[in-house]
Amino acid sequence: MFDSSDMFRAFQPHRGRAIVLVTGTSGRDWREVSDNENRDLSLQGAMGQTNTAALGFALAQPDEKVVLFDSEGSLQMNMGVLGTVAGMKPSNFVHFLMDNECYATTGGQPVPNATDINYAGMAREAGYKKTFSFDNLEEFTNNIEQIMKEEGPVFVAMKMIPKIENEPIGRRVRKPQRSRAETIKVLQSELGITAA
Amino acid sequence: MVQQQAALLKPESLVAEFKKNGVTHIVTIPDSETNYLYELMQEQDWLTVVPTSREGETFAIALGLIVGGKVPVCVIQNTGMMESGDSIRGMSLDAGFPLVMLIGYRGWTRHGVITDSAARYTETFLHAMGINYYLLEGDDDASRISVAFEEARSQSRPVAVLVGDEYHGFNRV
Repeated sequence: MFDSSDMFRAFQPHRGRAIVLVTGTSGRDWREVSDNENRDLSLQGAMGQTNTAALGFALAQPDEKVVLFDSEGSLQMNMGVLGTVAGMKPSNFVHFLMDNECYATTGGQPVPNATDINYAGMAREAGYKKTFSFDNLEEFTNNIEQIMKEEGPVFVAMKMIPKIENEPIGRRVRKPQRSRAETIKVLQSELGITAA
Repeated sequence: MVQQQAALLKPESLVAEFKKNGVTHIVTIPDSETNYLYELMQEQDWLTVVPTSREGETFAIALGLIVGGKVPVCVIQNTGMMESGDSIRGMSLDAGFPLVMLIGYRGWTRHGVITDSAARYTETFLHAMGINYYLLEGDDDASRISVAFEEARSQSRPVAVLVGDEYHGFNRV
């Protein structure tokens, strides 16, 4: 397992002009690393559906590379997305999975069959063009440049150290995050997208 | 007094309405009654059909498409709409973008007694979510899709179109 902040720091130099979406507890570490907030997009808002929303955006903007950092709890709620993505064959879509084997935000309870699921294998059999699995930072760092050059859809499973939250919701200190509406407005302005 | 039977709802009328309203993507799970509509949509070079695994996905994919500047319509059945509750809430109502959803009204009948619970709860569900809707029963009603688009765009929110003609209008006999 490796740390999500370290993973994001290894990814950042290879981001290029990609549009980045995150979800899950580990995803909260991205904002401190991102060097182009105008191209960070939040489409969170419904259980297990950030991945499909990211797919929708990738289909709408095929000339933009779209990178999603998904979580395994979210993916388990919507496993069918693997087939949906593979069926649409978005060549501009890179689907990272941050697998910390638990629901970190609710106290660390394990997701179903937490330690024994081969998510990259599932994505591969669903029809993703290329899949990878990493359980340590060194290997991830050595491969991220090539991963970002691959034609999509690409799936990258990563074992992340869980950052379990046990404080009651009202007592938790939240890292500041931009609202979904704000990220949409800024990104649409950046890309020159007007309401159709 | 002789009453004429309304013309059956034609899939071609629905596709014409989609084109008129600038629709670019249909995000859908087909059902047995919409088979020919599905084929017809796939034949249109100006339209991309996005098949999904579960109805909840359709509203999230639609949000991504809208943010990316496209005009999607979600085409699903009423059973799937009810499955999509959290997605409709979080990805459509809360997002505040215009969206038209075409809902197959399984079990609906104007005459006699509705026995299918899918139909019994359809309008109740829409009322609970605060989503306005229009009913299509025959070909003359197809223009209500444009009404739904106007309302969705003026209010930046989802509007439903219930297709109550699914058992004979959508299939090519």
